[in-house]
Amino acid sequence: MENYIYLDHAATTPMHPEVIDVMTEAMTSSYGNASSTHRIGRVSKGILEEARAVLAASINAASNEIVMTSGGTESDNMAIINTAVKYSSVGKHIITTNVEHAAVKEPLKQLERNGFEVTVLPVNKEGSITIQQVKEAIREDTILVTVIYGNNEIGTLMPITEIGEYLLTLDHKVVFHTDAVQAYGTEDIHVKDQHIDMLSVSSHKINGPKGLGFLYVSDELSIPGLILGGQQENKRRAGTENIPGIAGFKRAVEIRQANKPQLKKDYQKLKNRCIVLLEESDLKFEVNGSVENSLPHILSVHIKGVEADKLLIHLDLAGVAVSIGSACSAGNVEPSHVLQAIHSKAHPAIEETIRFSFGYGVTEADIEAAVQKLAKAVKFLA
Amino acid sequence: MSGGVDSSVTALLLKEQGYDVVGVFMKNWDDTDENGMCTATEDYKDVALVANKIGVPYYSINFEKEYWDKVFAYFLEEYKNGRTPNPDVMCNKEIKFKAFLDYAMSLGADYVATGHYARVSRDEDGTTHLLRGVDSNKDQTYFLNQLSQDQLSKVMFPLGEMDKSEVRRIAEEADLATARKKDSTGICFIGEKDFKQFLMNYLPAQPGNMVTEDGEVMGKHDGLMYYTIGQRKGLGIGGNGTSNEPWFVIGKNMENNELIVGQGFTHTHLYATHLTASQFTFTTEKERPETFSCTAKFRYRQSDVGVTVHLNKEDNTARVEFDEPARAITPGQAIVFYDGDECLGGGTIDKAFKESELLQYV
Repeated sequence: MENYIYLDHAATTPMHPEVIDVMTEAMTSSYGNASSTHRIGRVSKGILEEARAVLAASINAASNEIVMTSGGTESDNMAIINTAVKYSSVGKHIITTNVEHAAVKEPLKQLERNGFEVTVLPVNKEGSITIQQVKEAIREDTILVTVIYGNNEIGTLMPITEIGEYLLTLDHKVVFHTDAVQAYGTEDIHVKDQHIDMLSVSSHKINGPKGLGFLYVSDELSIPGLILGGQQENKRRAGTENIPGIAGFKRAVEIRQANKPQLKKDYQKLKNRCIVLLEESDLKFEVNGSVENSLPHILSVHIKGVEADKLLIHLDLAGVAVSIGSACSAGNVEPSHVLQAIHSKAHPAIEETIRFSFGYGVTEADIEAAVQKLAKAVKFLA
Repeated sequence: MSGGVDSSVTALLLKEQGYDVVGVFMKNWDDTDENGMCTATEDYKDVALVANKIGVPYYSINFEKEYWDKVFAYFLEEYKNGRTPNPDVMCNKEIKFKAFLDYAMSLGADYVATGHYARVSRDEDGTTHLLRGVDSNKDQTYFLNQLSQDQLSKVMFPLGEMDKSEVRRIAEEADLATARKKDSTGICFIGEKDFKQFLMNYLPAQPGNMVTEDGEVMGKHDGLMYYTIGQRKGLGIGGNGTSNEPWFVIGKNMENNELIVGQGFTHTHLYATHLTASQFTFTTEKERPETFSCTAKFRYRQSDVGVTVHLNKEDNTARVEFDEPARAITPGQAIVFYDGDECLGGGTIDKAFKESELLQYV
């Protein structure tokens, strides 16, 4: 993979070398089951609880508010489905947006099939909603508001703090969940100050191992587990803990937390540089969503008049990895619901958008080479 | 790359020959069932295994819309008119060697290679000739007859020099995941499903009578579109009639919705002396005389028969006379011309005649 330019960090990230080191060490020496009483079990238990403290501190939560999961998708599923189950006697109304990740959209669809009512707030051109929209949608039987923190396709940030503050002023409890899978790596999150009740995080988006994540659940709530079995995670998530993975996740979070302000600046710089280079290369393009109110590591660009699927192949063959609006497998391409939400159902941007996303190891030289190759491909396709 | 053994070996051979190979999987049809199972998804997994094994990049593209518009719509229309379409010929002409070829060119490709059992040879003057595959049992030029010179100039068929058994052997030796995968059979979008059931989803079936040439009712048919000229299976008539010989479909009366049946494989009504066909295309741009002799196939895997062709260049139609009477000429199928090993091109059969009499086949 020499000279390979990886600009798809929103899809997943390479593991940080230090993460690999601690995982290798944990795999070798900490094979115990964290639920076991004996010595090697206690070693694992120690790793688990130390990690939990680090994860909790990263969002200003308490350790007992962190449930280890298999990743962002499980965290979202648990938060949504089990909040609905728990509060169904109080009400069956849920509020969300039309730009959520599938891990939120699909559980909500299932709840709808089971008698819940979901209000889907449409985002504006930038990809955001306003607090006013939430206020207007709130009802006496609303039990849950779930809003993505920062969008995975276009990066747009949502007014999370305002929503949290507003929900607090209501006469009845409305649980506030946010999918922070993309935002966690660069945004300063303070669940208490922001009045967030539940928050989903994934490890592999921040140079940690795949197959791990956590769900923060405020200790004011009592949400049952989704995966049933043993008594792990205070009975909220059964299954033997992935100790080497958790050790790696912890290290990834530590590195992230120590470097967050710098990373944020670095990514913003890369993003700005990328936009300038695109302008200089005379490409007809438009940034989807917002440049300012956006996650710094995500840049979604509508390259006008060029089919993105072909562009992606050209770039890949030239050694540059980007992503197009939506995942595609075996020839199945679902048009991006996010791009449809900020444009219109049949807008050209839906077929002509590529997403750059930055992360560990990406340099300005990479961006320069990538844009150069992009311009060449666009010229070929024109 | 379809996820089958032929295209797998095609990719392998080209890679070994030093070509810069890019695997592309085409999804032309969606057959996702209620459990979320889809043939394309399963096949794509095999493409991934094979491409990774031989070290080539692979991608998937979707031509469902093009396939529906250009191939499936034609397929239904032909059945509606009582004819027997050949979607594989149309798919090659419109999808594999048009939509897909264009796509490959836009990715910067010089050639498109497929796992067809056929050969191309290129003259010094730049003409590309389409030749039969060496494995006569597998030769697929019949399905490629509609390709133009422009299309042929951009294709490669690395398997044309090989037997199927050799292809399997190469796949085994290279430990390709598809080495022992079953060959796909039938029309790709129907697959192993029941043909009647499939067609019923798209075209209303109009049951009617099965009658003899003399008008004697022999039974019921399920809808004329389900039957092909010369067909024996599925008629459900036994023991009746003037002999013990089996019954065959010998004609269709679309007007009265009657299926005409007759006894004996060699029933006289099944034999034609000439046919008319349309939509002729030729594989090279060489000027054709108005009348010429060559050999022809009017169905896949049939031996060639000697014919004399009277071409009407104005409207791309032809009258094709057989040296010997030919059995079960089927309107809608392709008539394909050969000069020795070279496939000259072909057209679509419209009508069959016995001397001056039009055989009532549609």
